[in-house]
Amino acid sequence: MSHAANAHDFLRDPARAAWHDQTLWMVRVKRDRQAAKVPDWEALREAASQIKEHTLSRLAEYLEEFESRAAANGIQVHWAADGEEHNRIVHGILARHGVRKLVKSKSMLTEECHLNRHLEEHGIEVIDTDLGERIVQLQRKPPSHIVMPAIHLKRAEVGEVFHEHLGTPRGLDDAQELTEAARQHLRRQFLTADAALTGVNFAVAETGGFVVCTNEGNADMGAHLAPVHIACMGIEKIIPKQEHLGVFLRLLARSATGQPSTVFSSHFYKPRPGQEMHIVLVDNGRSRQLGREDYRRSLACIRCAACFNTCPVYRRSGGYSYSYFIAGPIGSILAPNVDKAAHGDMPFASTLCGSCSAVCPVKIDIHTQLLKWRQEITAEGHAPWWKTLAMRVTGLVLKRPALYALAGRLARHFLPLVNLLKLDPWTRSRALPEAPGQSFREWLAETERAKPPAKNPPP
Amino acid sequence: MTLGLFIPCYVDQLYPQVGRAAHSLLCQLGHEVVVPARPACCGQPMSNSGYASLSEGCVADFRAEFDRFERIVSPSGSCVLHLKESLEAAHHPLAHRVHELCEFLHDIEKVTSLPARFPHKVGLHSSCHGLRGLGLGRCSECLAPEFSKPAKLLSLVEGLELVTLERPDECCGFGGTFSVFEPDVSVSMGRDRIRDHAGHGAEFITSADMSCLMHLGGLLAREAPQVKAVHIAEILAGCVAEQRG
Ligand code: SF4
Repeated sequence: MSHAANAHDFLRDPARAAWHDQTLWMVRVKRDRQAAKVPDWEALREAASQIKEHTLSRLAEYLEEFESRAAANGIQVHWAADGEEHNRIVHGILARHGVRKLVKSKSMLTEECHLNRHLEEHGIEVIDTDLGERIVQLQRKPPSHIVMPAIHLKRAEVGEVFHEHLGTPRGLDDAQELTEAARQHLRRQFLTADAALTGVNFAVAETGGFVVCTNEGNADMGAHLAPVHIACMGIEKIIPKQEHLGVFLRLLARSATGQPSTVFSSHFYKPRPGQEMHIVLVDNGRSRQLGREDYRRSLACIRCAACFNTCPVYRRSGGYSYSYFIAGPIGSILAPNVDKAAHGDMPFASTLCGSCSAVCPVKIDIHTQLLKWRQEITAEGHAPWWKTLAMRVTGLVLKRPALYALAGRLARHFLPLVNLLKLDPWTRSRALPEAPGQSFREWLAETERAKPPAKNPPP
Repeated sequence: MTLGLFIPCYVDQLYPQVGRAAHSLLCQLGHEVVVPARPACCGQPMSNSGYASLSEGCVADFRAEFDRFERIVSPSGSCVLHLKESLEAAHHPLAHRVHELCEFLHDIEKVTSLPARFPHKVGLHSSCHGLRGLGLGRCSECLAPEFSKPAKLLSLVEGLELVTLERPDECCGFGGTFSVFEPDVSVSMGRDRIRDHAGHGAEFITSADMSCLMHLGGLLAREAPQVKAVHIAEILAGCVAEQRG
């Protein structure tokens, strides 16, 4: 289904849609407040943008530097060209250790690679330990938001999910009680897991270390208890130096949730004695995007989701209205890199208001890239024929003054009828203006005829 | 000076009063105003829909007709942005001589007084292309000192009171052909905007972009007819009373 059709369904319940809009808008407001407290916020964004730009221009060098430092620290480094290889590598490690249960902290990359499905097919139980992600996992649904995976659910609905899957009493609707139930449930999982998998927010080339940011400490619980820790990262997560963390960590939490910092920013350097630590570096289309001049800056993304929260379309259509696992503005410029035909509608699910680009902590020109994708998707024939026809006719009429004047007169003539019938997507909800008797140009021509000729002709 | 006035297609056909107001305002300021016959459109509808190649003819026409003017003014932020971006992409110097009306009045003309009176509560809709594209004001995402050229011009109008909005620069949902290809989201966004304006007591919603007002005005006509949409040129030129009673 297209984004427009999904959005239509989402908006069938206006009260709920308004709640979704307001909930995410409040996150944007919190972001504004926190950003305002940082002197030179705009300079910080600029610094982040330049660091990322530089890194992307030498990605291979920094990745190799990272690989050798990490290996020297005792981390086993793996390279995966695509999602399938990533899944194979992870499964291989787990199989070698006879792992039956894996606890996983939030990682959009493993969503991208469909790791859970792959491991479950091989008989390994996967427990997502980020609370929001656990909730949608129990529902067997993907996250609707990259930072707050279950933001589309109301508390009572979470109560229902817990009742069904965790055996809590029916009708639980209290945040404290729900969190406690989740805590007890997850604690059992942490204690009985054979391995832990985490995402990576930043990997530092100069140290070979990496940083994982969470609010719940679930990455740490998993990684510190399990004998095997696997960290999976897209190759764009690399930053050159340790000191650059100071730039990104200040931007990330403020942009994401309006917190001055995430509750846990955990730095991993080497396995503890007796533990095995692995890192899987995944390409999966990233080097292709890097080669597309117009879109390479999309790889600077630090997945803060500020562009989601600010996007008026996302807020009013929800994460599930987008066909790609990353929704919102950034998803809409990443998805066509993967499959233009399957996600061809995503770059059109935007008014191009530019709020995403203005809020983005690494200054990605998101709305410009959306517009560029539109051209490419249309040129490759992924637009409906009637749209192409309509645009060709419009282009033709607007180029010919006589035809344009005639079309304008006709349009004004039929306008009251169109307004009355309310058959098209515009007039179903919106009136067209009352048809003026005269166009501006007609008025001007008449006025100028009535005037005595000007003494100085225009240049 | 002799100004080229660019009146985009939909303003020409559906909102001639906006063209007349812009024309009259520039004449009142002592300029000679010329409207070339040819370019009817900036080409944005095609370009935003993914058919940039079909919009090239419009930009070429614009270049051919308007290159002779020192300054070109248009009462439509969105069209100006599209023209500027297209001309800039082609490294054409004309890009820097095309101005949105408020930008022209504020930056070039530097007006400090206007002979207009409009004793009403007015909500200013900051169109995204004017705000974030042309920099007519500071957008709320940006941590820089607050300013707004349209608001400053409106403050010169006697009796006019600007209402404070809860979301001062959220998009109205027009988005060009987005308004017909994504009608549900578009209308939902528009409704939220008019609720914000009406809820804060606005009798009029104004903007430097008629396209947003076409969308918002269309909703107002159906859902809150006591509030009217008027283009900023109409207010600044003192033309509203004459037009709308
Ligand atoms: S594109 Fe920018 S705003 Fe959006 S998630 Fe990425 S870093 Fe955050």
